[in-house]
Amino acid sequence: MVKVEFLGPIQKESLNLKISNLQELATILQKTPEMTEWLANSAIAVNDTLVSSLDFALKDGDKVSMLPPVCGG
Amino acid sequence: MLELYDGGLDIPSILKKWYCQESTQNYGAFIPFVGTIRDEDGIDGLSFDIYEPILEKWFQGWQDKAKEKNAIIKMAHSRGDVLVHQSSYIAAIFSPKRRVALEFIDLFVEDFKASAPIWKYDLKNKKRIYALERSTRIKGSGLLGVST
Repeated sequence: MVKVEFLGPIQKESLNLKISNLQELATILQKTPEMTEWLANSAIAVNDTLVSSLDFALKDGDKVSMLPPVCGG
Repeated sequence: MLELYDGGLDIPSILKKWYCQESTQNYGAFIPFVGTIRDEDGIDGLSFDIYEPILEKWFQGWQDKAKEKNAIIKMAHSRGDVLVHQSSYIAAIFSPKRRVALEFIDLFVEDFKASAPIWKYDLKNKKRIYALERSTRIKGSGLLGVST
């Protein structure tokens, strides 16, 4: 299973999904209308490293994090 | 050195501690930046969420860049609520010469605003309101929003 966590202001419980790449995660999350804005504006990290390709392969035990727009300081 | 604190920062004691830690290390320049919460738009203060694993990696990347210039970076940030006129952020550069420190403090703070995984909320009437309009999309955002 892959754990998917939603950080900061995204008010959504973590998910545990049987998926093998980010493309599959995109397909699942795009079915949830309230996620549309977050999907369009969030960065994605796998195991705490930012990634830039939907083809990124996922394996059992991986953690995917969704990071919405930031503003420290 | 990355330090996270619950609530507002004790600026005098943190700056004093950092100064004392490095004062005999032959750094000719010490340039701190302190971020203080202004009284504006009717807020009582700000509140912060931090995702520490990625913040630590991001910070280490900058520390490595500084090391190439024989400089070091120190940073402190607040978690949770910080009231108006308190401070939530300090960044400081120590370097042998002033030019490196002046350039690094600018680059570091700008990248901090654009990349550090910290989320800001306005505190108004005991509510925590995400400051979306003042926030910046991290580079590469929108990956999962692409229609297939």
